[in-house]
Amino acid sequence: MSRRISERVNSIRPSGIRRFFDLITGRRDVISLGVGEPDFQVPWRIRDEMIYSLERGYTSYTSNKGLKELREAIAEYYRKFGVDTSSENVIVTTGVSEGIDIALRSILNTGDTVLIPEPAYVSYKPLAFLAGGEVVTVSTAPDFRLNYDRLIRYAREFCPKVIVINYPNNPTGITYSKKELEEIADIAVEFDMIVISDEIYAELTYSGRHISIASLNGMEDRTIVLNGFSKAFAMTGLRIGYAIAPDDIIEAMLKIHQYCMLCAPIVSQIGAIEALKNCEEELERIRAVYIRRRNFFVKRLRKMFEVIMPEGAFYAFPSIRNTGLSSEDFAERLLIEKRVAVIPGNAFGDCGEGYVRCSYALDIERLKEALDRIEDFVKSVQ
Amino acid sequence: MKEKTFENLKSADDKYRGYEFRAMEDKKVIEVLKILEDNARITVEEISEMTGYSKEEIKKIIRSKEEDGTILKYKALIDWEKVGEEMVYAIIDVRVTLTREKGYDDIAKRIAKYPEVHAVRLISGDYDFQVVVKGKSLKDVAFFVAEKISTIPEVRDTFTHFVLRTYKEEGVLLFRDEEDRRLAFVP
Repeated sequence: MSRRISERVNSIRPSGIRRFFDLITGRRDVISLGVGEPDFQVPWRIRDEMIYSLERGYTSYTSNKGLKELREAIAEYYRKFGVDTSSENVIVTTGVSEGIDIALRSILNTGDTVLIPEPAYVSYKPLAFLAGGEVVTVSTAPDFRLNYDRLIRYAREFCPKVIVINYPNNPTGITYSKKELEEIADIAVEFDMIVISDEIYAELTYSGRHISIASLNGMEDRTIVLNGFSKAFAMTGLRIGYAIAPDDIIEAMLKIHQYCMLCAPIVSQIGAIEALKNCEEELERIRAVYIRRRNFFVKRLRKMFEVIMPEGAFYAFPSIRNTGLSSEDFAERLLIEKRVAVIPGNAFGDCGEGYVRCSYALDIERLKEALDRIEDFVKSVQ
Repeated sequence: MKEKTFENLKSADDKYRGYEFRAMEDKKVIEVLKILEDNARITVEEISEMTGYSKEEIKKIIRSKEEDGTILKYKALIDWEKVGEEMVYAIIDVRVTLTREKGYDDIAKRIAKYPEVHAVRLISGDYDFQVVVKGKSLKDVAFFVAEKISTIPEVRDTFTHFVLRTYKEEGVLLFRDEEDRRLAFVP
């Protein structure tokens, strides 16, 4: 540990997944269920717009908040979810990752409590910590739903200023019902909490339609919605997302954004406009494919493990306890012995121990091969 | 017990449920057909795993759609250029004169029945039909057009385009210039 580095950064644990990269370097024939992005390419019409924009010389900065046309398209898109917002309440960010960072930094004072239901996406905790927050995690295991009684107990005990939720959820694939969201909203209102709602997988909701918590009564003024184009439109490497927040918070976020990011890449912004305007059919097609894969994948997984049916995103989160292995041992041995990569569940919080995250963003043939290998592995362990 | 079919449902309530039932059935049929259209070799079991419908249901759908001619054929899409098999494709625009005795359908059928003819389509624009002809050589195709198509009394004139290269066929790209560049581990 270098003494030149800030104590704060030094105290962040390096990601446990990093060592897995070393295990696969030079290994061929690895099927990775560890990927956190779609296998679809960015729809061609989006790419074509971006290429065309480069040809016409769109390479400058945009306004800090982002192109007006894009912000208007985003506001309109969220109005369809019942969120009464306008382009003035939107900031275009370089992916949701930036959105999480500036959202937390704009509202946290040193020592403020951030409540994070786990298992959760890996960046909430360190970013909250870097913003000076005290992180309190609440386990959602074993059904991965938000338990009202448990939440209210935590709210009472820790008086959190903010709760970070993510649905459809990475890594569990769970999404919340209107009733569950209303319960969270009630708690947020009662305890005067801000809700950061990471809705990056909203378009990949498989049963019913995504409900934004910001659309619920009284929530618009206390919700920071984060979303982006990485998952639905496969624009991961283009780094483009957005935040929707009440006036005071969006102004605060803009202050940070203008200094640390200036603006999101203009080419990605132009692609994002096309994504929102003309890709509904493409999305329909992609969703249908994911649903087929999910059904197929989970059905086969269930022959070996207990798995909750994912309702969105492209992850299944099976319990591997029956193998007697820890999450990390399971992932490591599966990788070394059968060349299938999965992410150990404890990467998403302590309560993820005993689970692994498997992405089904792969074609059926590859999924089949991966499942066969996992089956062999499970047999060899038992 | 009577089988539960749409026709057997009598009351208004039942009828309404019947419409829902039928809409649901239609949805299932379309889903199964879409999966087959993408991969004709997929097994009933796999379709069942992908959709959650029972194997019996799926078998029934496939059988009925084979019988009523909705499913025309199961075939493989082959890039013959890779095999090195010389295959010449030509797209022939055909303009015809209609008579009282001979309409579009009659002429189209006459052209379509030749095994050399790969596809026949009635089209808008200057020409009436687009005919795709498959042959072993340019000469083969040229002679076929001259002897068999141009000589049909209703055919006024033809315009032949030889296909030099195919880039996309039946929605499938015949080239590959994109690879999976994703990292193996992304939380």
